[in-house]
Amino acid sequence: MKRLKQKNYLIYMLPAIILISVFVYIPIIQNFYYSLFRMNSYTDEMVFVGLSNYKKIFADEIFYISLKNNIYYAVISIVCQVGFGTVLAILLESKLAGKLRVFFRNIYFLPSVISVTAVGLLWYFIYNPNMGMLNSLLIKMGLENFTHAWLGEPNIAIFAIIAMSQWQYVGYIMILIIVAIQKIPIELYESAQIDGANGLQKALKITIPNIKETLLVTSVITVIGSFKLFTEVYVMTSGGPYNSTQVLGTYLYNTAFMYDEMGYAAAIAVIIFVITFSVSILQIKISNSGKE
Amino acid sequence: MIVMNNKTTKTLLKTLLYLFFIVLATMVIYPLIWIIINSLKTNSELFTNSLALPKNPVWSNYIKAWKLGLSTYFLNSLLVGAVSVTATVFLGAACAYGVVRSQSKFKDIVFYMILGGLLLSPQVALISLYKIIDKIGLYNTYWAMIIPYIAFKLPFAVFLMRSYFLGFPKELEESAYIDGCSSIQTFFRIVLPISKPILASTAIMTAIFVWNEFLFALVFIEDKMKMTIPVGLSNFRDALVTDWTVMLAGIVIGSLPMIIFYLLMQKNFIKGLTAGGIKG
Repeated sequence: MKRLKQKNYLIYMLPAIILISVFVYIPIIQNFYYSLFRMNSYTDEMVFVGLSNYKKIFADEIFYISLKNNIYYAVISIVCQVGFGTVLAILLESKLAGKLRVFFRNIYFLPSVISVTAVGLLWYFIYNPNMGMLNSLLIKMGLENFTHAWLGEPNIAIFAIIAMSQWQYVGYIMILIIVAIQKIPIELYESAQIDGANGLQKALKITIPNIKETLLVTSVITVIGSFKLFTEVYVMTSGGPYNSTQVLGTYLYNTAFMYDEMGYAAAIAVIIFVITFSVSILQIKISNSGKE
Repeated sequence: MIVMNNKTTKTLLKTLLYLFFIVLATMVIYPLIWIIINSLKTNSELFTNSLALPKNPVWSNYIKAWKLGLSTYFLNSLLVGAVSVTATVFLGAACAYGVVRSQSKFKDIVFYMILGGLLLSPQVALISLYKIIDKIGLYNTYWAMIIPYIAFKLPFAVFLMRSYFLGFPKELEESAYIDGCSSIQTFFRIVLPISKPILASTAIMTAIFVWNEFLFALVFIEDKMKMTIPVGLSNFRDALVTDWTVMLAGIVIGSLPMIIFYLLMQKNFIKGLTAGGIKG
């Protein structure tokens, strides 16, 4: 009787296990294998090339541009989303903010609810050199000199994309931090109040130390997100002009599905795996150490 | 004296704070207002002055965008979303329940598999998945999106629900067994109904993911009639090179469902997001 029940539980787990194995684990393992071959999508022919795809990557100029852009994206996102998001969360949760805090919180959060594709297309028009919102506003303010073809100039296009993402995600990280702040026991603030601490002192001495773990986790999420970056760039520039906005995700996509170099693309995917996986491991270590 | 000073500095600080909040809110909201304004213009109005209000709102832009394909993308997104969300929640709940209640050693392997699955990014599987999907004849079908969506969201769903089931009293299930319920009956009649809050969070997170997913939909679908909103919208832009205000109307239509969804269920939405802690 008992044995039967035990067998039953395996049946509960089985469908999920099969799906995850076949469509998550096997493809990823296969990807490692593919990275050792030269292959394309229209024939089944595969030529073993050993590690030469990897050698090629580390001599590939576009790979370094991509990596650099991912790093720019990560660093700027940490400063703006986690840094500024924390400031914003603390201000919104301060007594001074009053009842309107919910209203502002909702407004700041709103962009992260819209899909990345829609936001990308929206900003594609905002950055349009002829009729876009940004240039129109600059001209109206008498700042013609500052107008640009934002997505058309190789040295600024990636920053235009990064700026858009800050607009979209500051509110998201802010919400995660607000939730953490709301979990801090009120007594801590009350006793600080009795000791005569002002708002800034409370923020630095009570709020920040008590949300340390959330800050680390949000930083890690932001970094992982930066290396998974694809849709924003694909929608706005597809990696151009002159590959200046290429990131690992778009370079992988272009290599696989535009140039049809599947083996080389698989090797790029391995690099993405190594980066995101090691940062994820870091995240798990951090959240475990926080619980102890 | 000190009290007086405190009060004046407080009002001053409050004014400054609100000024800051308002400026920031304007920066967030203005692009959204800009696109709504321009989605109601004619093309020439857009190009003359994109900051001005439309003379006569051109509501037909919305009708045109809807008829030119958005209605199809919309239905596709709903269909793919409904199947993926239902399957992810249901299979996820079953697996999580199994992991919590099973006493065999196998459950540890399953749990580590789930944990590992959380760390894997879809891009890494893209090329092999493309080949697999092509080989088993799913390329350019709804299943080419649905199955990978379920597979990639399941680890998260199981992880989330497992922690919920861990705090679940066994007594309830045992009394159901005594009443003669089978294991499956107990799962459906006792476990699932009590787990509604966590099922809702999982469903919301999965729905957001599916509604926004772009990469798989881009690579695995070729037929315009099967595209979901994200890829459909980006396809729209290439098709509507001259009719930009219609495109803008399309962006507004494509964004609205999630905004409404959020406004309707803010609390659950935020709960789901914080439980997820995963971006993109």
